[in-house]
Amino acid sequence: MTVRMENTPDSLHDVVILGGGLVGITLAIALDAHGLTSAVIDPASPATTLAPGFDGRASAVASAAWRMLGAIGVAARLEGQGCPIAAIRVTDGLAPGGLVFDPAPEDGAVGIMFENRRLRRALREAAEAAPNVTLFTPATPAQVTRDADGVRVMLEDGRTVAGALLVAAEGRNSPTRAAAGINVATWQYDHAAIIASVRHEHPHDGIAHEIFYPAGPFAILPLVDDAEGRHRSAIVWTVAGKDAEGMLALGDRGFAAEAEKKMGGLLGAITLASPRTTYPLGFHHAARITGERLALVGDAAHGIHPIAGQGLNLGFRDVAALVEVLVEAKRLGLDPGDAQGLARYERWRALDTFMVAAATDSLNRLFGLRGRTAAAARRFGLGAVQRLSPLKDRFMAEARGETGTLPKLLQGIAV
Amino acid sequence: MNASTHPVTPTIDPAEAAHFGRMAADWWDPKGSSAMLHRLNPVRLGYIRAAVDTHWHGNPDTFTPLEGRRALDVGCGAGLLAEPLARLGATVTALDAAPENIAVARAHAVGQRLTIDYRAVGVETLADERFDLVTCMEVIEHVSDPAGFVAALARVLAPDGLLILSTPNRTPLSRLGIITVSEGLGRIPKGTHDWDRFIRPEELAVLLTSAGLRVTDTTGLAFSPGRGLVLSENVALNYLVTAVADSGSS
Ligand SMILES: Cc1cc2nc3c(=O)[nH]c(=O)nc-3n(C[C@H](O)[C@H](O)[C@H](O)COP(=O)(O)OP(=O)(O)OC[C@H]3O[C@@H](n4cnc5c(N)ncnc54)[C@H](O)[C@@H]3O)c2cc1C
Repeated sequence: MTVRMENTPDSLHDVVILGGGLVGITLAIALDAHGLTSAVIDPASPATTLAPGFDGRASAVASAAWRMLGAIGVAARLEGQGCPIAAIRVTDGLAPGGLVFDPAPEDGAVGIMFENRRLRRALREAAEAAPNVTLFTPATPAQVTRDADGVRVMLEDGRTVAGALLVAAEGRNSPTRAAAGINVATWQYDHAAIIASVRHEHPHDGIAHEIFYPAGPFAILPLVDDAEGRHRSAIVWTVAGKDAEGMLALGDRGFAAEAEKKMGGLLGAITLASPRTTYPLGFHHAARITGERLALVGDAAHGIHPIAGQGLNLGFRDVAALVEVLVEAKRLGLDPGDAQGLARYERWRALDTFMVAAATDSLNRLFGLRGRTAAAARRFGLGAVQRLSPLKDRFMAEARGETGTLPKLLQGIAV
Repeated sequence: MNASTHPVTPTIDPAEAAHFGRMAADWWDPKGSSAMLHRLNPVRLGYIRAAVDTHWHGNPDTFTPLEGRRALDVGCGAGLLAEPLARLGATVTALDAAPENIAVARAHAVGQRLTIDYRAVGVETLADERFDLVTCMEVIEHVSDPAGFVAALARVLAPDGLLILSTPNRTPLSRLGIITVSEGLGRIPKGTHDWDRFIRPEELAVLLTSAGLRVTDTTGLAFSPGRGLVLSENVALNYLVTAVADSGSS
């Protein structure tokens, strides 16, 4: 009998992160800020992902997540590029009234709107400058093994990357999650979102709008003015799945005119400022977010309806909790893949993730109901929320990303 | 397949190594027969870390507070404590009376790329070695001569050293909790404990004082329904003790 010798890996890290999307790369930067080493592996080339047309979306970064980006040195790279959301108006169609989420002045903005391409660029630059981050981008994982001793990823080019913990940040179709046999609850909404940015006549005053139509919500999210000083907003327009193709086929002018109608002239004349993209809307929720030496973060763990702009923020909250768990474990000499630490991460995130998903889903369902009674129910619901201030505070806290025991990074302090 | 090798001791027969590797897998399985120890580990380590930082005025945020220090773990089992001590920067020697535990611990440390000096001997056999940190978790209740054992621990402690012990208390609660419930449910292997040998904190303090040490802290390890095992003022179930060389005697 011979003893099989393990080959020495080409590089060894505390954490190996599969997926360098917004969440994976943020995790690497946050770990670096605390002195933990990581490798980020992603088949997508930065030349592609940073190109102007790659991701036309914009994301609301909740104020808690923004504090984290401050604590890990990313916020400084985004200074002046985001548009603070001063208030959120939720209305039932174009009917008057509705719900206004208006933070108290001392609370500051609800969140800040950023174009995803700006987030991607700032995060990429921060990761490149981080001494404890090794980027394998582009590189494709060929074989991933996890066992009692550690984790090891063999890349297609033959290099091996090893570590104590594997983090899957591979987005909603995470192959690592599937390989770990983790079940995912999914459903499709039979709706698609059409995303674009638009230029408009009147300033938006930092106000975000969620206008609910029978087909689904129409969101207008304020962006910073462009270089020529023209006012801009991002729109997320939910349409029935079967209508998405037709909406994309419309000419730019025709599309802008339709959008203007949906916005009820709120911001004056509209012109299109970006190509349109469409995303099928779905919900997914992993039954577990940990396994042997494995943690899921971001869309690999959960994906929710974009109505409340919370998908990315949930991912940022995963990052904050996981970093706190790993840093504290390392201070005790525990292995980053230690099962006790992973159990803590699982407990910490499970409730929050599910609550947000359920709340978003039920909000969407409430507004998806058809008919006059439904409209009355919605108006009643909105009015009730408006009057019941604790409930409203809770909605606000949700939008800001402040539920559950708050990880330190979300309070803006290092672990 | 390739030439790179781990240092494998020539005296270890591969079949035997594989056998201990499998045993290590069980010891180190967080859901295996040592599940309780795994859950206890972060709590204990939290106590040790705080004691180390207090004693040597360290910064609690660092990762290697034991850099440059020699640590000895007495009764190391499969190395659940010895490995974290090594990661915290210490040069670790770890002892266990059972040679199979030592073999298991060695096998596991190789996988973790840690260098730990494991020896299947008792603490009494160490001649002139001295250690800055001596830990001895859940051992004293198993030894036949606790006073002699404590004296041996005190002898290997460096002049500015820190000794940390943990052991179950001798109370009706510990009898119920540890022997009746935990052993009864198979959470701890049956026959692991003999309640009559359990030592009360006052008794342990006397043993430590007689060995020329001074107790600086006694903290309970309690069970909280919501949070599991936690450090507590309540010492009825199990407790941890920190002792240092009595400066009056130096
Ligand atoms: C229409 C729409 C609008 C949205 N609006 C908002 C909003 O306003 N606010 C908000 O907070 N959230 C929003 N979200 C959600 C948000 O975009 C996502 O939650 C977020 O981008 C998830 O980031 P991620 O890094 O987890 O995953 P992704 O961004 O999907 O990144 C996954 C990465 O993993 C890589 N990868 C894939 N497979 C592998 C593999 N096998 N190995 C290694 N790498 C791999 C991919 O190349 C990619 O780079 C929206 C989502 C949609 C669909």
